[in-house]
Amino acid sequence: MNNESVFSLLAFGDTGWGDDLLAGAWITIQLAAVSLVCGLALGLLLAGGRLSPWRPLNWLTNTYIVFIRGTPEFLVLLLVFFGLDLVVHKIASSFGVQSYFEVPKFTAAVAGLSLIFSAYASEVFRGAYLAVPTGQIEAATATGMSPMQVFRRVRLPQMWRFALPGLANLWMVLLKDTSLAAVIALDELLRQAKVASEATLQPLVFYVSAGVIYLVLTAISDLARHRLELGARRGFAR
Amino acid sequence: MFDLVQTYLNLKIAASDSICSALSPISPELFVNACPRFFDGFFVTIELLLLSSVLGFLIALAVVLARVSPNRFLSIPAHAYIYVFRGTPLLVQLWVLYYGLGSMGAEGLGPLWPFFKEGWWVGLLTLTLNTAAYVAEILRGGIENLPHGQVEAAQACGMTWSQRMRRIIFPQAIRIAWPAYGNEVILLMKASALVSTITVMDLMGQTRTIFSRSYDLSIFLYGAILYLVLAGLLTLGLRLVEARMAIPSFTQAKSSRQP
Repeated sequence: MNNESVFSLLAFGDTGWGDDLLAGAWITIQLAAVSLVCGLALGLLLAGGRLSPWRPLNWLTNTYIVFIRGTPEFLVLLLVFFGLDLVVHKIASSFGVQSYFEVPKFTAAVAGLSLIFSAYASEVFRGAYLAVPTGQIEAATATGMSPMQVFRRVRLPQMWRFALPGLANLWMVLLKDTSLAAVIALDELLRQAKVASEATLQPLVFYVSAGVIYLVLTAISDLARHRLELGARRGFAR
Repeated sequence: MFDLVQTYLNLKIAASDSICSALSPISPELFVNACPRFFDGFFVTIELLLLSSVLGFLIALAVVLARVSPNRFLSIPAHAYIYVFRGTPLLVQLWVLYYGLGSMGAEGLGPLWPFFKEGWWVGLLTLTLNTAAYVAEILRGGIENLPHGQVEAAQACGMTWSQRMRRIIFPQAIRIAWPAYGNEVILLMKASALVSTITVMDLMGQTRTIFSRSYDLSIFLYGAILYLVLAGLLTLGLRLVEARMAIPSFTQAKSSRQP
């Protein structure tokens, strides 16, 4: 294969697949971003559950985290993908309605990815919560702050600094895990590469191109992480 | 050699049979019927995991030595290798090697074709290369966290580079890196499920096949339970090794440094 054919394969427009790959990359970014937001929110709730003094809640969140950490992401994603449809049908039929509704693939992928992300994020949040020195909490309580005030004024602003490295790592993992959505035929980057390689019979070109785009995305994330960490650490000598 | 393989295969079948018959009175019919398939996949996952983690560790040793070497012709390629394998999804790596390289066929790959034709071998190769990159980075963390004074002291004693590595740096780095390494083994176990997308019938592959026949979601739960059992066994094994390697004063010194 000569260079010219690689360029025409990756060209933009009707003849090449370059624009399709970029469209896929855009869906990958959206998928990762939405899952990040949902996963962070869910992760905070789970961390609250783990730190709560109420035993049953503690036990429940622990079980969930152990389940997610010991089960392949791929399996969780498929379970959610097939499970969501089933749940919708069950609910519909309990009302006596025959449902033909299919949960959109994007929604299913977001649900799966944020469930996975939240389990790991909750561990990071828990670590960050406990990393704030006890002396500061005691001092804040001694000045007459209520527990809510202590959390909002003393703990939360510092948790960000402790949680950032862990969360940045999880973001990288999440970004790469979005590729699993290709298996449930969501039109993200890897799926577009698959469609293109099946149409042109040039899998090497398209899978390597997809790999390069993922590498660019993770490289940008790495730079952003560096900037954010500098910001979060300002005022702390290292 | 052939006898050994045959003995192993017989052992596998015997183990799968006895576990399945032990479980049959207490498990639902769906699981009883699928049990031999589940354990077939279970053993494939274990084989891939053990082989790739051992081979990956050996490659990681070579890569990390190149990565921390002052020679740029060694450190830059090692850095690039780590960067590429950690920066792209494993699924992409699997598909590049299996579907991408595999598409070149017998005429393009020549003597390598029988290797790239088999999903199992490509899966093993990809998992090995992938985990080697992650483990190399973990080991680098262990090496670079050692106090520099120790290296200088060893140099002052007249130790050569290989002596320093063997006697001073590596024994400490491996102990520092072990918990992170254990995490990586568990992640590798979970990642190995992706080889089912390149036709390998590992635990995930079997789970998907059984599911596609019955469309019963509990199949995925059974698969998940088997993965959880494997994760539990691995965690236990890794802890045993950690306890075996522990040097009391060394661990104490390490923990006293933490806030």
